[in-house]
Amino acid sequence: MTATQIQSPRSGKISPQYRRNGASKGNFEMAAWLFMRLSGVVLVVLIFGHLFVNLLVGDGIHAIDFGFVAGKWADPFWQFWDLAMLWLAMLHGTNGVRTIINDYAEKDSSRFWLKAVLYAATAVIIILGTLVIFTFNPCPLDVNGVPLPGGFCPAA
Amino acid sequence: MPTKPAGTLYRGREGMWSWVGHRITGVVIFFFLLVHVLDTSLVRVSPEAYTAVIGAYKNPLMALGETGLVAAIVFHAFNGLRIIAVDFWKKGAKYQRQMLWTVLALWVVVMVGFSIRHLSLALGGH
Repeated sequence: MTATQIQSPRSGKISPQYRRNGASKGNFEMAAWLFMRLSGVVLVVLIFGHLFVNLLVGDGIHAIDFGFVAGKWADPFWQFWDLAMLWLAMLHGTNGVRTIINDYAEKDSSRFWLKAVLYAATAVIIILGTLVIFTFNPCPLDVNGVPLPGGFCPAA
Repeated sequence: MPTKPAGTLYRGREGMWSWVGHRITGVVIFFFLLVHVLDTSLVRVSPEAYTAVIGAYKNPLMALGETGLVAAIVFHAFNGLRIIAVDFWKKGAKYQRQMLWTVLALWVVVMVGFSIRHLSLALGGH
């Protein structure tokens, strides 16, 4: 029996149209794939912690009101926790929906517009959520400078 | 561009159905996340606006909805860890079926515990 000769394309000579590392796309898809796995692991910890603290401890959901949020965001630990959860979950979810759009929307224009709406919504939610976490005021005032009912204001 | 796929059923069984479940739960969680950031943002409008909208989460029907949402999150979380194991663990692909049944068993255990605690808090005594 003679040794089998291994033919091209295993010779390493691959026609340009079959090369996987084309210059145009870069490594974005691999970075996105890796991001889904890394952010996924972190999100399991962040979201399970979020659900445990907000729903299972003490009075659970009945304890959640303006004062509950004020209490949490008085602590930079929970501000950072919620910020990380917001950014990672939104980017993870947006990339997931991007994948689904790419899979099911067949027309180029459908894919373009669906993704345009998706990215716009993502930008609005991330910016809004980030501003809310960092501009939160436990003692909000109305237009006349009078504290709104339900706030937590220092005794004057 | 193909306009009519020849067939849409993949190979079935654990591998395909876990993939279907991961997609559906992912989309559900994403749309809830959009709403949840918006409702939480009402803390910047007024304490009463926030407390009013969060009150909507406290009725019995919503308690069932929250349980369903958490069921989706827990499945997506555990199956996501399974996907990571399939991708990065040498024997991951070989044991993907067994890992799915492990995911489902853990999911049942966690959801029984969560449902008892959350529903007794949400539906009882207040």
